Amino acid sequence: MTASPILAAKDLTRRYGGIAAVNGMSLDVRPGEILGLIGPNGAGKTTMFDLLAGSVIPTSGQILLAGRDVTGHAAHRRLGQGLGRTFQIPRPFPELSLVENLMLARQNQTGERLWASFTSPRRIAAEERVAREKARDLLALVLLDKLADQPARVLSGGQRKLLELARVMMADPQVILLDEPAAGVNPSLLEVLIDRIRAINASGITFLLIEHNIDMVTRLCNRIVVMASGSLLCEGTPEEVARDPRVIEAYLGGAGA
Amino acid sequence: MIDLLGYGAFFLSTALIFAIITLGLNLQWGLTGLFNVGIAGFVAIGAYTSALLTTPDTADRIGGFGWPILAGWLGAMVLTAAAAAFTGFATLRLKSDYLAITTFGVAVLVQLVTLNAIGLTGGPFGVAFIPRPFAGLQGNPVAFNFVNLAIIAAVTLACYLALERLSRSPWGRVLRALREDERAAVSLGKSARSYRIQAFAVGGAVMGLAGAVQAHFIGFIAPDNYLPTLTFQVWAMLMVGGSGSNRGAVMGALVVWAVWIGAGWVTSALIPTGWQARAASLQIVAIGVMLCLILLWRPQGFFGPRNGRGME
Repeated sequence: MTASPILAAKDLTRRYGGIAAVNGMSLDVRPGEILGLIGPNGAGKTTMFDLLAGSVIPTSGQILLAGRDVTGHAAHRRLGQGLGRTFQIPRPFPELSLVENLMLARQNQTGERLWASFTSPRRIAAEERVAREKARDLLALVLLDKLADQPARVLSGGQRKLLELARVMMADPQVILLDEPAAGVNPSLLEVLIDRIRAINASGITFLLIEHNIDMVTRLCNRIVVMASGSLLCEGTPEEVARDPRVIEAYLGGAGA
Repeated sequence: MIDLLGYGAFFLSTALIFAIITLGLNLQWGLTGLFNVGIAGFVAIGAYTSALLTTPDTADRIGGFGWPILAGWLGAMVLTAAAAAFTGFATLRLKSDYLAITTFGVAVLVQLVTLNAIGLTGGPFGVAFIPRPFAGLQGNPVAFNFVNLAIIAAVTLACYLALERLSRSPWGRVLRALREDERAAVSLGKSARSYRIQAFAVGGAVMGLAGAVQAHFIGFIAPDNYLPTLTFQVWAMLMVGGSGSNRGAVMGALVVWAVWIGAGWVTSALIPTGWQARAASLQIVAIGVMLCLILLWRPQGFFGPRNGRGME
């Protein structure tokens, strides 16, 4: 268990005026694991995700991705560096077809350069063929292949979560941040989702998972990190965390106080 | 009969120049969702650039340089693209209405410069003697009009084909994704800043080219050609034709220009001479009414994607 972390946050802080949404938070994500990140509402979990994904710049602290300092790097560079994310409320491109949603996510596409459409049309066509095939395979993996050519706006909330997972997979990331994948997903689709996350994880991809569905967290994760008031409260196996009086205090005490 | 033919060619030429501008706007708005209300400014930059580059040397203003017409058009595209890219860069943090207000300001600024920088633009008197393509044919008005129409139609076709290819390319897919959800597109590795500036620049280059072509088609330009009315007309054309569709942009330009000219005829035929100056405003009213009808009955325009933007 001493493998160097694939994603590490060191003493991350993000202040909004006088309030620290995340306050001196550190965590290590080990290669190949599914790490759970839980905590009461307002604990700073989503801000932590935004920091790791680069869409919010930390006030202080450091982010290491596969040992490399990426703290100040722009959000759009993260996926190319191996870190993908999904959103708490899914953000599909509603007027793009499902296949297009996925094809967009490939990195370093020749055809995304302005002049390339005129100078290297053949290369683009070849790349597009490969991308389309891969997109269809991934859509099949999340049971959306029948809707491949429909615009994404026809999808239900749960299907949108699956689409986001497939979409980020297009870029072959090493680590995926999942923000509440179970929220609003019906039980049978949730089983699909859990099964697919396991399968993707088995292929070597690491997950960091924010989730309120404790059943899902205990089923997927070997290790859980608990946040409260922007800081680390404790970490351990699901059993250890469930027994920890500080965790119970954080979840129930806030409401009782 | 010959008059009618000549007029038809003139009408189509003007409408197609509008079509080129509308194609540029379609890239910025229809594809990328950039609310550019500064169209007239970019058209003006293209027109004046080409005029200054191609007119013969003039005593009381800078230039002209007497370059060939094609060089003038190329220069117009490059300079307008640069101006549009700069506008895009300066407005990176602005969205929707705020972007609209700022780009409108840019157009007003450009127009005021053309009006007041007399040493550069000729001020209110404009720039005259802009060389016309195939000027040797001027003795035969019908042939001359048709050659001009053919040139403008070829430019329109070239712009249409290039933009059609771009919008169907992965590059265009990124622009559509940014329009739909910028944050998601950024999380998928696309630089919103870079593509936004590119969309401004490419759309601007097309608008600048249209301005340049028009300058050489009329042979004379003045600041009055580039008032906000122009921007309004082009927006109406895109809405009517169908935002997001290049074919719609061209068709919308033809239809709206026909309504504009038709409304002009009707008012001049029905309204007494003394009132005609004021009645000219009825042309804008006609376009406005048409816009309302389209938005009521077919909000996506003639060729817009079904269930496209603005439907929900």
